[in-house]
Amino acid sequence: MGKMQVLQPGLFSSIQDYGRFGNMKYGVPLSGVMDRYAARMANLILRNNANDAVLEITMMGPKLKFSKSTKIAITGAHLSAKLNDEEIENNTIIEISAGDILSFGRRIFGCRAYLSISGGFSAEEVFGSKSWYENITKDAKLEKGMEISYKEDAANKVETNAGLKFKENYLKTSNIEAYKGPEFDFLSDKQRDRLESLKFSIDQNNSRMAIQLQEQLENDLDPIITGPVVPGTVQLTPSGKLIVLMKDCQTTGGYPRVLQLNENGINTIAQKLTNEKVRFSLTKPL
Amino acid sequence: MSKELPHISQLGDNAILIQFEKIISEKVLDEVLFYKNLIQQLYIKQKVEVINTYNSILINYFVTIEDVYSDLKAVKEVFQQNNNTKNINSRVFEIPVCYDLDFGIDLELISKEKNLEISEIISLHTKPEYRVYFMGFLPGFLYLGGLDKKLQISRKSQPRMKIEKGAVGIGENQTGIYPKVSPGGWQIIGNCPVNFFDKNCEIPTQISAGDYIKFKSVDRAEYDRIKEQVNQGNFQLKKQDRNG
Repeated sequence: MGKMQVLQPGLFSSIQDYGRFGNMKYGVPLSGVMDRYAARMANLILRNNANDAVLEITMMGPKLKFSKSTKIAITGAHLSAKLNDEEIENNTIIEISAGDILSFGRRIFGCRAYLSISGGFSAEEVFGSKSWYENITKDAKLEKGMEISYKEDAANKVETNAGLKFKENYLKTSNIEAYKGPEFDFLSDKQRDRLESLKFSIDQNNSRMAIQLQEQLENDLDPIITGPVVPGTVQLTPSGKLIVLMKDCQTTGGYPRVLQLNENGINTIAQKLTNEKVRFSLTKPL
Repeated sequence: MSKELPHISQLGDNAILIQFEKIISEKVLDEVLFYKNLIQQLYIKQKVEVINTYNSILINYFVTIEDVYSDLKAVKEVFQQNNNTKNINSRVFEIPVCYDLDFGIDLELISKEKNLEISEIISLHTKPEYRVYFMGFLPGFLYLGGLDKKLQISRKSQPRMKIEKGAVGIGENQTGIYPKVSPGGWQIIGNCPVNFFDKNCEIPTQISAGDYIKFKSVDRAEYDRIKEQVNQGNFQLKKQDRNG
C-alpha cells in the first residue's frame, strides 16, 4: 500500500465518493462529492470507476507527500497545483514517483478541486461509502500528519482517453439550472419573478451542508408538513432567506421547497465562493 | 370508494416525489406505507431507495434517472391498479426511559406550567403507543405521533447548546429521543439508555416507519443495568407483533 502523507492540511479537504446511498430511511445524510461532474472526470481520466473515492479540496489546497509511485489527476477548480515546485495542469494524467510532493498555490477559478488516484483512495467504508462525515466516519477533514492509503501503481505513461474532454464552462457561468420545487406553485407572481430575475450573492454561510444566499425573498408561505429533501433542494425560510441544500444536508425538512437544482445546477453552485453572484435559470425536467 | 390520486412528479434529476393529502394522520401514513411497500416491489432497473415521510414517498436514485417517462408511468400504474389499501404489519417496541429529575431537567417546569404532578406527566407519557412515522433530522431520530394533548408544551425560547444523547423531550405536539448529543429546543423529561443508531451495525436500528413504540418508566438502577448491557452489545429491545 502507498501512503499519501499530509504535510499541510490546507483549508478544508475530505475524502468523498458518490455518497452513503440507501440510508436515507435512517436519517443518514447522503454526503459524497459536491461536484459529481468534476469528480467523475477526475476518475475517468485515470480509467477508475466514476464513483471511486477522491480527495475534495476546497479553495486552499493541502501539501501532500506520496510514498509509492502511482498516477493522479486533478479536475474542477484551478488551484495552481505543483508537483515538486513544477506547475502541473488540471484534467490530465500526472505520474507520481515515490517521495514526490504535491502542493497547491493561488486559486484561479472555482471553489472545489478533485484529486483522483489510480484505483481510488482506500478509506474506511461505512454503510457502503468512504465519504467522510462527522460522527459516521472516524475522520471528517484532512489534518496534518494523516496518512491516506492507496494502491501502488506504475508511474508509466498511459494514453489519455482522447474522447474525454473536461468542459470548464459550467465552472464559470453564473446560471444555475433549476426545476420548479414542490411548493413553487404557492409563490405569488411577484415572488416567482424575483426568484427568476434577481442576481443572488452566495452568503458566507456556505458549506457541504448548505449554501445560503444573501438577498431575501419576501415570504408569507406557511411552513410545510416535514417532508423529504435532497441535495439541490432550495428552501425558503420564514425570514425570507433562500437555502440551497447540498450533499451533507439532512434528509427531511419543513420549509417550503421552492426550487430543485438539477445535477448541472448543483455542480455549478458547488464551485461558487462567498459573494459570487448566481441567477436561477428555470428549466423543465424530461 | 373514490379517492384522489396522489401527486407524482420528478424532484431534480435523481428522485421521484409522491405527495399525498397534506395532513398528519395515521390514516394517511397507512396509505403511504401500503404504496411504499408496492413501489419497493416494483422493478426499477436503476439503484433506488424508497423512503416515506408523513405524507410523501420519495424514490431516490443513486444517479440521474435514465428513463423518467417510463418510471413515472410504472409508478402511476401502481396507484391505478391498487386502490384498496390494507394496513401493513408492524411491531410495538418497549423503550425504557428513566424519568429521574437528574435526567428530566424540565419536569418541574412542566409540572408547574401544566399543573400536573410529575407522576401524572410520567403516566401520561408512558400510556400511548406512539406511531413511528419515519426517521429524519438526525441519524436514528424517530418522528413519533400520539402525544397526549395535556403534555403539549412550547419549545424553549432559547434552545440549549447541548442536549445529552438519549434525552427524551417534548416540543409542541411532538415527543422524541435525541439519538446523539446535539443542540435542541425541546423540554427534556427523561433519558433512554438504548442506542437508536449504531454505525457499527449493518442494520443500525431495528425500528422502521410504521412501527409503534411504548415508553416504560425505569428507575435509575435499571437504567444503569440496561446501559451496561447496551455497552456490552447484548441488550435486546422487547417487541411484539401487531397485525395491520
